[in-house]
Amino acid sequence: MPGDLRQGRIVIVGASLAGLRAAETLREEGFTGSLTVVGDEPYPPYDRPPLSKQVLLGKVAADATGLPMRRDPDAQWRLGVRATGLDPVGKRVLLADGQSLPYDRLLVATGTRARPWPDPREAALEGVFTLRTCDDAGCLAERLAAGPRRVLVIGGGFTGSEIASVCRERGLEVTVAERGAAPLVGALGGTLSKFAASVQRAHGVDLRCGVTVTALRGNGRFTGAELSDGSRVDADVCVVAMGAVRNVEWLADSGLAASSQGIACDAGCRAFDRYGIVTDDVFVAGDVARFPHPLFDYQMLSLEHWGNAVAQAEVAAHNMVSSGPLRRPHLAVPVFWSSQFGLNIKSVGVPTFSDEVVIAQGSLSDGRLVAVYGYRGRITAAVTINMAKWLEYYQGLIETAAPFPPGPGAADGRPLVAEFSVPSNVPDPKGLFHGPTVALTGHLPDYRLAVGRPAG
Amino acid sequence: MRIVVDLTRCQGYAQCVFLAPEVFELHGEEALLYNPAVPDDQLERVRQAAAACPVQAIVVGEEVTVSAR
Repeated sequence: MPGDLRQGRIVIVGASLAGLRAAETLREEGFTGSLTVVGDEPYPPYDRPPLSKQVLLGKVAADATGLPMRRDPDAQWRLGVRATGLDPVGKRVLLADGQSLPYDRLLVATGTRARPWPDPREAALEGVFTLRTCDDAGCLAERLAAGPRRVLVIGGGFTGSEIASVCRERGLEVTVAERGAAPLVGALGGTLSKFAASVQRAHGVDLRCGVTVTALRGNGRFTGAELSDGSRVDADVCVVAMGAVRNVEWLADSGLAASSQGIACDAGCRAFDRYGIVTDDVFVAGDVARFPHPLFDYQMLSLEHWGNAVAQAEVAAHNMVSSGPLRRPHLAVPVFWSSQFGLNIKSVGVPTFSDEVVIAQGSLSDGRLVAVYGYRGRITAAVTINMAKWLEYYQGLIETAAPFPPGPGAADGRPLVAEFSVPSNVPDPKGLFHGPTVALTGHLPDYRLAVGRPAG
Repeated sequence: MRIVVDLTRCQGYAQCVFLAPEVFELHGEEALLYNPAVPDDQLERVRQAAAACPVQAIVVGEEVTVSAR
């Protein structure tokens, strides 16, 4: 039997980072059967993090972020065609061009897309953008290069903050409208979000917090927006950075546990069906997956992280060609990064899984620090700002469930800057424009959760 | 030739910035920016940078090419 798993037909839906790394890993692990990768964008796999940084800054062309292969996965690439459905009984993926692809094992890595502005007429105004694809980035970079008088960014999450940073670096006036109390509050909690707000203001961002955008104005071309506090922002460019929507609609009739929170799977990346029964031929990886993590009370995590896409794709691919005890769990500790306003922000663990936070090294006034997050007396996350070399140390503390707060001078022999921890003030994600980068999405799916059709 | 830097792993040692300054640059103290599409005349330098990276965060390879179906 195990030999059989190295043969047959594997289809990967999703031709981005997770899809490519899974395809490579399948071959590394000895898969000799047919391999087909389906992608709805017409481009070979490319890297997205540079789009909101190098590309918007005009340093790198939007079509120049193609991902390098670690090895040739010898796959058939079906690019520019969308998967529209899944027949799990007949074991076929249905495509928008009317064809269907038979499979023995399937990997779903369809990721996310930018959450669109809710009013389609306003969203269609010339000058209104979202940022997710290289086409988005190319169009937006061109507009920023043309020197708009003001840019309005809706949403102060990581993407919105990075866009604002680029605007200031280009010398453009920028307004950020954030529904929460401060930028990045959904991902980093109260203390660091106040720091983020002060950094943005120090760099000349017109930051408006605790407000929503109620309408986009313009006659064919975007000219400005109305805010919930009654004020108006005049701008020629609007970037809607309200987080991501998971690409699960095509699975609505598949019987899988697919919802707006993602596709539920086990720690071995096998998808659950809507009853919570694990499948053995459908696997999930990357931004579209939600999986249980033992370090975080087995809560289901949905991670929109580059590193998670790679690690989960490798585990999924391994398990697609391995049987029983040879299978591996996806247990990587979440890590992400963001660069903005000259700061390198990195995170390990799950900052939203916390009730307290302490500045363990550095300080807010230095602009370099380590914030350590705790939950019920153990360390669950750490965020470094311009202190990335410390991340690994705190990852070790998280993995060993070390007590919170960390001992004085635990890391570098210096006394703790803050003697006392403060509440981490992680807000309810419902109150934010953008979803947090890490979403805790509840326990294993039951029938009621799983029948919910994905939100459009 | 394309590169991608695993910034999950990158700790800002900046060896790559010294070895191939036309491809890698620091933005602020430790945030790395780089050109994913390596110009031909920088290939050797980028290979050296990838080899020298203390955390082995730089992946060098060819982009996927898709033949017409």
